[in-house]
Amino acid sequence: MSAGHYRFVSTDRRVREDRRFVAGKGRFVADIDLPNIKHVALVTCPHAAARIISIDKRAALAMPGVHYVLDGRELAAATQQLVTGLDTPNVPRRPLAVDTARYSGEWVAAVVADTRALAEDAAEEINIRYEPLPFVLDAEQAIKPGAVLVHSAHGSNVLLDRTFVWGRVEDDFAASPRHLSVRVKWARSSTVPIETFGVVASWDPWRDVLDVYASIQMPKYPDQIAMALHLPASAVRVHYDVDVGGSYGVKRGIKHSVLVAYLARRLGFPVRLVEDRLENMRGGDAHGPERLFDVDVAFDDDGIVRSMKMRALENIGAYAGRSPFQLGKPVGAIVGPYKIKSVQYRAIAAVTNKTPQDAVRGFGQAPTNLALERMMDEVGNALGLDPLELRRRNMIRKEDFPYTIPSGTTYDSGDYHTVVDKVVARTSYNEIKAERDRLRGEGKLAGIGIAACLEPSGGNASFEPLLNPKNATTTWMDSCRIDVDLTAAITATMHTSSAGQGHETLVATVIGEVLERDPDSIRVVRANSLNSLPSNSPVGSRMAIMLGGAAFHAAHKLKAKLTAIGAHDLGIPAERAIYEQGNVHDCAAPDKRRTWEELVAIAHRNFHRLPEGFEPGLAVAHVYQVPTGGTLPTADGRVQMYPCFSFEFHLLLLSIDPDLGTPRILRYRLGHDCGTVINPKIVRGMTMGGIAHGIGAALYEEFAYNEDGQLITQTFMDYLLPSSQEVPAVEIIHHETPSPHTVLGQKGSGESGYLGAPAAIANAINDAISPLGISINTLPLNVSKLGDLIAEARTRKGI
Amino acid sequence: MLSGVNYMRIKLMVNGAEHALEVEPRTTLLDCLRDHLDLKGAHAGCEHGVCGACTVLCDGVAVRSCLMFAPQAEGTPITTIEGVTPGPGELSPLQDAFCETHGMQCGYCTPAMILAAHALLAGNPNPTRDDIVEAISGNLCRCTGYAQIVEAIALAADRIRGANRPPELRK
Repeated sequence: MSAGHYRFVSTDRRVREDRRFVAGKGRFVADIDLPNIKHVALVTCPHAAARIISIDKRAALAMPGVHYVLDGRELAAATQQLVTGLDTPNVPRRPLAVDTARYSGEWVAAVVADTRALAEDAAEEINIRYEPLPFVLDAEQAIKPGAVLVHSAHGSNVLLDRTFVWGRVEDDFAASPRHLSVRVKWARSSTVPIETFGVVASWDPWRDVLDVYASIQMPKYPDQIAMALHLPASAVRVHYDVDVGGSYGVKRGIKHSVLVAYLARRLGFPVRLVEDRLENMRGGDAHGPERLFDVDVAFDDDGIVRSMKMRALENIGAYAGRSPFQLGKPVGAIVGPYKIKSVQYRAIAAVTNKTPQDAVRGFGQAPTNLALERMMDEVGNALGLDPLELRRRNMIRKEDFPYTIPSGTTYDSGDYHTVVDKVVARTSYNEIKAERDRLRGEGKLAGIGIAACLEPSGGNASFEPLLNPKNATTTWMDSCRIDVDLTAAITATMHTSSAGQGHETLVATVIGEVLERDPDSIRVVRANSLNSLPSNSPVGSRMAIMLGGAAFHAAHKLKAKLTAIGAHDLGIPAERAIYEQGNVHDCAAPDKRRTWEELVAIAHRNFHRLPEGFEPGLAVAHVYQVPTGGTLPTADGRVQMYPCFSFEFHLLLLSIDPDLGTPRILRYRLGHDCGTVINPKIVRGMTMGGIAHGIGAALYEEFAYNEDGQLITQTFMDYLLPSSQEVPAVEIIHHETPSPHTVLGQKGSGESGYLGAPAAIANAINDAISPLGISINTLPLNVSKLGDLIAEARTRKGI
Repeated sequence: MLSGVNYMRIKLMVNGAEHALEVEPRTTLLDCLRDHLDLKGAHAGCEHGVCGACTVLCDGVAVRSCLMFAPQAEGTPITTIEGVTPGPGELSPLQDAFCETHGMQCGYCTPAMILAAHALLAGNPNPTRDDIVEAISGNLCRCTGYAQIVEAIALAADRIRGANRPPELRK
């Protein structure tokens, strides 16, 4: 399958959403003004852990423009606790702390006032007495016997400790001549969108409907709001036409939404909470993985990796958000692109007194890829084998697909060796090595970084039943509806919000392709949750596959209907009717035809001309099940996690200033195979953005805590996002191995770049500092850490 | 208007029109543009002067409207994204170039990026890649990795330079 087969798919078309954004006419949550709307500011706990002795609201309530102060007890009495996914009833999660706060920044009270500024003023006047409590910040400390308990009722700090053994791990270790161990740490960082999370809620007591406008990217969002408020979901109307200012996973403000929804119902006017940056960084519960890996690997003298034991310890923060599950998704690509025969995987999730986590781009896959790729480089180092050659020897070959990995997932398709060959062919690998060696000859530290990894895509949420046996989810469907009106115009409806992924363009392109109609003539609108079909939102790199799949099938239903109407009206057998660009003709007599407009008019006005049993009008819908989904994990934890696996191969050269420790990326080349590309501009943008995000995670970004349990990187002056100066030009080399499971051969690309960039950069830095006899496996590899490490090593060596 | 809150009368010149307003003295220019003048194209990102999402032009210079009080802007012509949009449904060469290269994803930082680019091109019609990278380095984008933004600005510069040349002399 190639671009040549398509009219619109894979062609370099504009992204329709862009027009409104360049004019400043996006409709973000902060742009939504409802009459009489009031604003929320939050009072947060200043301690890492504390008992709340008393809350004195009097001074705040006496201030001008202040309407209400809500505390945790009132909210807890009126609402159900938030859904956390794991079966841990003694670790309740609520929007406002009840009696005990468990991390610095946790919300304790909410003030409602006429303006946000007045609410902030009043928040400062709320007098809360705390009794500070002992706390624990480090996951390794937290899981030791006798550790301070974050949730005493739970009896330990371990929320999940599960060991999977897939294959004959001990036998493979015993039979392998070589073993090594490596410890790798992924630092606590996140996606940190430029727009913070925000939500507006309004209760209509005459219609019994809660209207919600939110900057949201979350499956089951209306349902979870409804459950928390003891409402049927039919009383919650989430408006999906709100533009989301970036998310990449984390815009899941369920606690914000329950809080604001409760206030709107309680107070009788619309209420808005838009986080400021501090609220977002500390109490927004939007941190990402903080994961410690201990990896043992067994391999032979030729560098063939036989078996692996991986222990992953996740510091999830004070409450279970999505983070324990982020240990589950990597099970579906636990061996990366390599033929490792057996695996032992131990996943441990520990609570600590830090900010809770939410879903982050890749859902835990990027940290696991870092551990795998550091492991591969260490195997190469142990044997004196070139890292590229090592990977070539271990990679799954094209002819091996479909390929089932030890943990039960079957990879759909791929041609990893060809992608690697294309990347090194552009600039020969030897040339890059020569450049590195020339830089070293000039006294610089220079290194080459390689990483190969997979992007599981198409999200089936199989990690939920895998890690929580009470959860039997086997579908993660998405939907599309198409209507053709009496003027013969096409309107397609999608059923979720978007955060810049270009879903309107996706839907129009796919429908246009199937119906052979100009995508620019197809309107795409968004339902609200009361008139929508099922959707699971743009998580898990799934929308090209799932929304694209739903749109494709809906369009085919429409095409079949039009063809049947045409055949019936022409009085010919169905098999003689040919659909072409919306018109239907008789293949035996091409002049006998009905135009698009005529067919539409028949459907809308002439029931007497419709085939028997046909519904009048032209409305079709399709609810699409996840390809390869539908089964539960086996007892030993084998599961088909995701349907499609995109491949990326990173190759980069960097230098480090030996005196300052500043790394600089000199060349960056990426081989990328995500099957059929539906829109090249979108896929390139996603991939470039993913690499930039990966550069941030590798070199700059960390939610760092001091020993008092205070977050010390809580503004953009301390938590450093890469600017245009930090992101190098990247050459992307495409390859297309279509997926056999999807309608156009497409795979996911929403996490591309990010999944391998941190690993590639960590490998490059380790290659650069290896002449000093040192290595580093703890992210972020920032200037201060590198500078100190290099200075120490040079002093030791007398350089 | 609330009793117990002090307000201040100011006049702002925004997108060529004068507006008489009563605001709290502490109102930022950003909040004033959004909440008092309904110009929603400037966005709050960090509200401490790092991300640049609130960028507007003050006398043609790209500034952060979150770091400036509205009363401080009296006497200075302010231009927002609404002011550089030629008309309803019409795009400027820069806006069109951002669409051509898809120099955005979520669109949240986009109006500010375009204004930063406007400021650059007003003083430097033929910028190098480094000039462009430098000009937008105070505007964070989390979606794109900047490549298609840099390309958009280079494309717009090229088109603007070529606009008055005969076709045979255009690049």
